[in-house]
Amino acid sequence: MKFSLSWLKAYLDTDAAAERIADKLTSLGLEIEGVEDPSIALGAFKVARVLTAARHPDADKLQVLSVDVGGPEPLQVVCGAPNARAGMLGVLGLPGAVVPANGMELRKSAIRGVESNGMMCSTRELGLGEDHEGIIELPEDAPVGQSYADYHGSDPVFDVAITPNRPDCMGVYGIARDLAAAGLGTLKPIDVAHVDGSFPCPTPIRTEDPEGCPAFHGRVIRGVTNGESPDWLKARLESAGQRPISALVDITNYVMLGYGRPAHAYDLAQLQGAVVARRAADGEGVTALNGKHYVLDHEMTVIADEAGVHDVAGIMGGEHSGCSETTTDVLLEVAYFDPERIARTGRALVLTSDARARFERGVDPAFLDTGLDLLTALILEICGGEASEVIRAGVAPTAKKTVNYDPALAGRLGGVDVAEDEQRRILAALGFEAGADWTVTVPTWRGDVDGAPDIVEEVIRVHGLDAVPSTPLPRADGVARPTATPAQLLERRVRRAAASRGLNEAVTWSFLPVSQAEHFAEGNGGVWTLANPISEDMKAMRTSLLPGLLSAAQRNMDRGASSVRLFEVGRRYLRGPGGASDERMSIAVVLAGEKRASGWDQRLFGGKAAPFDAWDAKAEALALLAEAGAPVDNLMVMGEAGSQFHPGQSATLRLGPKNVLARFGMLHPASAKAFDLDGPVALAELFLDAIPAKKGTPGFAKPHFAPPALQAVTRDFAFLVPVDVAAGDLARAVKGADKTNIVAARVFDDFRGQGVPEGHKSLAIEVTLQPVEKSYKDEDLKAIADKIVVAAGKLGGELRA
Amino acid sequence: MQELEAQQAETLGQINAAETAEAVEAIRVAALGKQGWVSALLKTLGGMTPEQRQSEGPRIHAAREAVTAAIAERKDALESAALEARLAAEKIDLTLPAPEAPKGSVHPVSQVMDELAEIFADMGFAVASGPEIEDDWHNFTALNMPETHPARAMHDTFYFPDRDAEGREMLLRTHTSPVQIRTMLSQGAPLRIIAPGRVYRSDSDATHTPMFHQVEGLVIDKGIHLGHLKWTLETFLKAFFERDDIVLRLRPSYFPFTEPSVEVDVGYTLVGGKRVLGGTEGWMELLGSGMVNRRVIEMGGLDPDEWQGFAFGVGVDRLAMLKYGMDDLRAFFDGDARWLQHYGFNALDVPTLSGGVGVRA
Repeated sequence: MKFSLSWLKAYLDTDAAAERIADKLTSLGLEIEGVEDPSIALGAFKVARVLTAARHPDADKLQVLSVDVGGPEPLQVVCGAPNARAGMLGVLGLPGAVVPANGMELRKSAIRGVESNGMMCSTRELGLGEDHEGIIELPEDAPVGQSYADYHGSDPVFDVAITPNRPDCMGVYGIARDLAAAGLGTLKPIDVAHVDGSFPCPTPIRTEDPEGCPAFHGRVIRGVTNGESPDWLKARLESAGQRPISALVDITNYVMLGYGRPAHAYDLAQLQGAVVARRAADGEGVTALNGKHYVLDHEMTVIADEAGVHDVAGIMGGEHSGCSETTTDVLLEVAYFDPERIARTGRALVLTSDARARFERGVDPAFLDTGLDLLTALILEICGGEASEVIRAGVAPTAKKTVNYDPALAGRLGGVDVAEDEQRRILAALGFEAGADWTVTVPTWRGDVDGAPDIVEEVIRVHGLDAVPSTPLPRADGVARPTATPAQLLERRVRRAAASRGLNEAVTWSFLPVSQAEHFAEGNGGVWTLANPISEDMKAMRTSLLPGLLSAAQRNMDRGASSVRLFEVGRRYLRGPGGASDERMSIAVVLAGEKRASGWDQRLFGGKAAPFDAWDAKAEALALLAEAGAPVDNLMVMGEAGSQFHPGQSATLRLGPKNVLARFGMLHPASAKAFDLDGPVALAELFLDAIPAKKGTPGFAKPHFAPPALQAVTRDFAFLVPVDVAAGDLARAVKGADKTNIVAARVFDDFRGQGVPEGHKSLAIEVTLQPVEKSYKDEDLKAIADKIVVAAGKLGGELRA
Repeated sequence: MQELEAQQAETLGQINAAETAEAVEAIRVAALGKQGWVSALLKTLGGMTPEQRQSEGPRIHAAREAVTAAIAERKDALESAALEARLAAEKIDLTLPAPEAPKGSVHPVSQVMDELAEIFADMGFAVASGPEIEDDWHNFTALNMPETHPARAMHDTFYFPDRDAEGREMLLRTHTSPVQIRTMLSQGAPLRIIAPGRVYRSDSDATHTPMFHQVEGLVIDKGIHLGHLKWTLETFLKAFFERDDIVLRLRPSYFPFTEPSVEVDVGYTLVGGKRVLGGTEGWMELLGSGMVNRRVIEMGGLDPDEWQGFAFGVGVDRLAMLKYGMDDLRAFFDGDARWLQHYGFNALDVPTLSGGVGVRA
């Protein structure tokens, strides 16, 4: 909402300077977004008189002027404006002045060979309006040589952000009322007389949709001349950022911007028969003033005549019946529309307008007559003509709300005690009436106020929020208690564990291209897909953190990174029961490029660079699961990591056959290609939600432990097994062979080739034995070894000699 | 007995000339071994008269001790020479780079969320959460934004074509405020929570991203008023920025879910052309807040005549930018490893009250 200081002063009697007004507006909740004074930029422009004007010798459209700007000698200026002529007064920009409209600095120059010492300016060039037909013409008494800034006068323009609850402040008058309540002047009453009609309104007006349009007031003014608006009116509209169009249109805009009261003026010649507010018929259409055609439905209220729709009610008028230069008879519409209806219609049509912004927030339902009086008076004054009697169809909902208020609530809720007298003064200044028992009657223009807290807000915002003292929250005794939930602790812990392992935490979008989301979805009942994404690349909610990280890895590789280690902790979005979402915590890791750069040390991979492999993925998965508190010793390594993975170099880590805690391995080459990634990429994804929670709250003491008195011993075994026997299965079988004595079984060799039959491999296992009461004798060790051989034999393992 | 002296001198000479441990050992065997000449002389002591033994004994023993000592000394000398030679041969160039361990990092958003949790825990606030794919009842209606409310349109909401079992429209939450409702419904009152998390608006330009992070604060109790809100925000910001000169300015505003509603500006000082929080040279908008609307308390299943409270919402990314100096929001979500390593945090930088919740550059 923009308006000039002079406009404000038309409604508010005040001596306050612009800066003070701006500060007060902000403290009232009418936030100042800017105060601009267009005249400041005009200091280097002077009032000038054209002494002579002669044709330019080499250009038909240019004139060479001799201009008096109060200096000892007249200046020679070349000018192309058609209205430049000897004797006129205008505005001259001298060399060094910056033209407000385009930021260009004026210089002494030669135009087609003729010296020019400045520029005679148009309204548009000075940023004072739209007019660019010719140069500015000043009245005869303008003082030649005076700065145009001083002559034009300072009239700062305020730009105020109006919150949606304050439609009353979508008019300058409402803003003036707030300022007056805050002590910045006196609100002037609206000074308009009712004009009685001299003839009956020739056009019948009805409302057939009392729900959407409870009230429709109107009258005809005939014999008007729709010309240009007077300067004062144009200046006010321009300060509001509105382009003056014609007097009739400007007047309706003025009443809307000045008083928050939208209205519409129809060219009566374009209407046929009665004008009616009614529901649109499905499929009925109208071409609005913005030149676009809208197809309507029966939920929308329109203003129509016998021929068709002329107005999307309360939102935008029709192109066909708008006022033009030739309009002589005009029908004025001042109506009250249901805010919800306007909001729904505007949203359905995707049509915004200044009128909609006001109606959907709720205009003053008691202002119809005053609004019509203001319009009538201005039209008769500016355009002439003769007004008909007024037709009032329907009744606007003008009943006033009352609120039971307790002045102590200012302190109890607002935190600041305000004297009762002061509360009464504030409320009265804002138009509220507080009874002796503090029953507060709400003015019709404050539809947003419907409870005691609203009254508190009015009181304290005018009283000043600065006055609210900081009050400490009561504090619980002792040291602050821990607040984090187990899930939060888990998330924090795995995050810092991953970072401590050399991985960089990324935060990637929750949305993905549909193809990526679906590629990484593993039968979760359908990907969540947005109806209105901002792009196709951000359409589907992720079901895995891997695609986002792979894309990030690809961007890093494209930037020349040789090694990328990224992780992310976040939600994957699945479908839950009852159509709700099911969001589950995960952590994913992507390792791309070189695990290690080539180096000087020949002992490490012959000094060569090494890529990441599936073991790196496994190491991250296990380490992070361990940090997450998963029972890693009991995990089974199984298949089915997913089609995105290399089928022979990927696995899942499960607790029992069904509960998948993690998947890891190498990215499938086809997936790598889809993400534009060259070279091997290792991945791991942990489903943190699948880790079983600890039962109860454990205490702090650890279980009792005393190091065994007897030393552990190790024995190595080598077994020939068929190649398809998994090393992990053999180790598990060996470890389970004697649960009392065997505490660990570790595979340390996997050999195939010479000495090992075709289709077999040799697995070597180091078994750790812990004697309990006495040291092992040879026969004890033999007995354990026999059990180990039997256990391995069940998997087809044969002890190598 | 001239012989003994001559032989001793010869042996000592050989020992000193010996170049290897093996040579010394051969000399030892030749002198002190079973067949050695010193051993032979020692054996002669048995056949001597006591007088002879008294005069010869000490001489022979002296010779044995001299030889033994010389051998030990020579051995030591040879061993240390050998060790020195070996060490000289083992010299390496320690200007070569040691094996590198990759440096990991924690994202600034995570770090700041941990800082918030730490500060608010001290004020008795727990951390709550809720779904990001919400229904329109929790995101709007329960927060006093019915379907036609103009504020709904201002939220630039991402919608799904889906409805839940109760027919509610599914959407991406536009703020963390639905957690207010969920927490009131599940935990009742009194309450002190913060709810950090991802939120979404269909808005994308230089300073807006379609996804960003917010933290919600909610206190529901008896006798809570605007002064408590002011104190809480001041206390939090002073702790977060570790400055005592943080000044807040409250401005009346409008949010459907609070009444009265308050926009909070924080004062800054210009230092070398950059805005540094603290002081009152200028004001920047920081967050929205207010006293929880009675209707919202009702929607949360509580009696608004008994309970009242305040709520606030602030951008986590913005807090991170103001504190740690990033200037491009979009870089937060790009995953550029260079940016993450520069602006990210060491895993060991766990915010603590005793160590200061912030990490100094």
